[in-house]
Amino acid sequence: MRTALILLFLLALASIPGSVIPQRNLNPLRVQRYFDAHKDLAPVLDRFSLFNVFSAPWFAAIYLLLFLSLAGCVIPRSWQHAKAMRARPPAPPRRLDRLPQTATWQTGLERDAAYAELRTALRRKRFRVDVHGTALAAEKGYLRETGNLVFHLALLLILIGVALGSLYGYKATRLVIDGKGFANTVGSYDSWKPGRYVKTSSLAPFTIQMDRFEASYIDSGPKAGQAETFVAHVRYRSQPGSSWHTDDIRVNHPLTFGTTKVYLVGHGYAPRFTVRDDDGQVVFQGPVPFLPTDGNFGSTGVIKVPDARPKQLGFSGFFLPTAVPSAQGFVSIFPGAKNPAVVLLGYRGDLGLDSGRPQSVYALDDRRLDKVATAALGVGDTMVMPGGKGSITFTGIDQWASFQVTYDPGKRLVLIATVVMIVGLLLSLRVRRRRVWVRADRDEAGRTVIEAGGLGRSDSGAFVDEFADLIAQLKEVTPPPAATTKE
Amino acid sequence: MPANDGLSTLSDYLFVAAVLSYALAMLAYAADAAWGRRVETQSVAAVEPARVLVGAGASGSDLVTPQPPLTSTAEEAPSHVANLAIALTIIGWLVHAGALATRGFAEERLPFGNMFEFASAGALAVSSAYLVLLTRQKARWLGVAVMFTVVVMLGLAGTVLYTSAGPLVPALHSYWLSIHVTAAIISSGVLTVGSLAAVLYLVRLRYDANVVAGRTPGLSRIARLTPEPEVLDRTAYRVLAFAFPLWTFAVVAGAIWAESAWGRYWGWDPKETWAFITWVIYAGYLHARSTAGWRGKRAAWVAVIGYLAFLFNFFGVNIAIVGLHSYAGI
Repeated sequence: MRTALILLFLLALASIPGSVIPQRNLNPLRVQRYFDAHKDLAPVLDRFSLFNVFSAPWFAAIYLLLFLSLAGCVIPRSWQHAKAMRARPPAPPRRLDRLPQTATWQTGLERDAAYAELRTALRRKRFRVDVHGTALAAEKGYLRETGNLVFHLALLLILIGVALGSLYGYKATRLVIDGKGFANTVGSYDSWKPGRYVKTSSLAPFTIQMDRFEASYIDSGPKAGQAETFVAHVRYRSQPGSSWHTDDIRVNHPLTFGTTKVYLVGHGYAPRFTVRDDDGQVVFQGPVPFLPTDGNFGSTGVIKVPDARPKQLGFSGFFLPTAVPSAQGFVSIFPGAKNPAVVLLGYRGDLGLDSGRPQSVYALDDRRLDKVATAALGVGDTMVMPGGKGSITFTGIDQWASFQVTYDPGKRLVLIATVVMIVGLLLSLRVRRRRVWVRADRDEAGRTVIEAGGLGRSDSGAFVDEFADLIAQLKEVTPPPAATTKE
Repeated sequence: MPANDGLSTLSDYLFVAAVLSYALAMLAYAADAAWGRRVETQSVAAVEPARVLVGAGASGSDLVTPQPPLTSTAEEAPSHVANLAIALTIIGWLVHAGALATRGFAEERLPFGNMFEFASAGALAVSSAYLVLLTRQKARWLGVAVMFTVVVMLGLAGTVLYTSAGPLVPALHSYWLSIHVTAAIISSGVLTVGSLAAVLYLVRLRYDANVVAGRTPGLSRIARLTPEPEVLDRTAYRVLAFAFPLWTFAVVAGAIWAESAWGRYWGWDPKETWAFITWVIYAGYLHARSTAGWRGKRAAWVAVIGYLAFLFNFFGVNIAIVGLHSYAGI
């Protein structure tokens, strides 16, 4: 028990850095910033897995040791308890009057009759009763230990469920613009985090099409700008060839395909552009997802136009759903699109897409690009590049939503084990183990004298009252001698 | 305008009235403790020799130390001041409940949506837990500490954490808000009362040690009128053993909600991490109480550390750490 106690405290202590130091799985961006700010310290922390505390080997060592000590304690105790459940309640001590709770009274019944009555009464109170020579031994509250064992075994089951989920489950994300969709295949995801034993060929074969994303915000008052609703209106089918259904995916309301669930986890704006090259040819047309950088959805994004001739065109932009001019240029003051504007920088040259170097779709590689133009556009406005060499038109706005697809086959086991754990916990904390012994004897005058003693084995004062109640009931079934003997 | 202005202003007035009533109750408890007649308690010596070794049990040690009852055998009628203190507590509780109810009606939702509302509801849970405890055992000795805590919580809520009434962010649009947050609030109230008993137990031990050693007890004098230490220790255990499954349920309900809102039932978000740390420490407390060498003082310290973790989870995580549980102002 002492080992378990130390390991419990170690586990609590070991979790603390995970909440103080930024964690890769929660916020990779903050980890990156931490690396930039602490150039010497960060690599040292990284060597000790302090940016992945909860998957660190030393963290695993602590909880595995804890579960090992738990199993080492609970399994023998289950065995012992199984035997105890079948065993007879323990023999009475020689002197019942030494017990913490005692009572003595006389009855008019014969000794054997008294025994029979007492036995029935104790049984009725759901005590397990056994005859030990001249005394009755009774015990109840076995469920306390049962609950205790069930609680600890359920913890083991939870661990197994978590392990199942991380080995056989996967998590993937996909950004979808209004009117677009995706199928549940590895290739269609922006990020894909499979467990070790996931078979990519056996993913649930559904397809989702997002018709429209809708967000609404509080218009005025002290909470203006706070979001009221986010809804992705979607159509889906559970496999190719089956019929389409419509549904809304909202926060707290995922779309479910068996064990696979699709969650709405983010959203933003995708301004639409039309780009023409020097010849007036339309070389790009459509929405481009911009990533929000602040609470009012000021968002950054880039447009890459590799097909423009004679030179490639590129644009980096800042989108503002409700733009107002300020000292530092434009700022967005509201997350809804009340006065959309986009500030664009236009580049000409080589986008570097053929250089073999991997590129983000959200950043321009400006090493071989020349900045040639800049303008702030409202919807319908056009920025013409210098010398009339190409133009870009801000034609309107779409929205995008990002979805997370999660498959966790261990989830159900974890849920069931958790319910069992709570039931076990309640039993182990609320049920009290207690023992009562009763002995009936004849005194010198030949009268039957009953002596009772009780022992509450669990930590609670309530047994005092319970024993008093029990004695009152036992006295009822073994009434005192008739008035004549009183003289 | 989403929130009803008249009702939410009324709620703010009721809030202030509740703080006043609790503060007066605190003074009355203090007066009762200082000048009221000392509660007769059974002497420890009377129960000491009754240590017995009982039969060959099926498992474990059967050495049991009989415990003094939680309610003193020689009870005397509470003084007028004591009655006044309890009456003020009940009035404070009613007005406080009214403040939360009107705020809820003004917003047409459960008033558990931001730190202010959570702190206020948490304080209500603390005074409720104390009142429930009062019906089950003589626990007036906890009165000063409980009222002090409630007044401090409400003071913080009304000044630092205050946010005006309004609707919820979409992440909170779920019936799990009521289940998870209600469970968290109730368990935090019960945890607070249990932990205060543990603190008083430690203070009382210090006071007794000072008296035995012949030193003048300093600040520990505040515990001189509490019942004997065993009663404090067992009260703390009873209350914390009641709180622990509630806390477990609150965390589990949170995990179920997280599964439907964020796509995973557990993700080591800072709030989750500290809920876990709190849970582990209180689990340690329950174990410590049945581990030789840890009973009593050490176990009580574990409970106090658990409560500090809980407090950090409530205030520190929202204010100092970036995580998913940040919303609505703070």
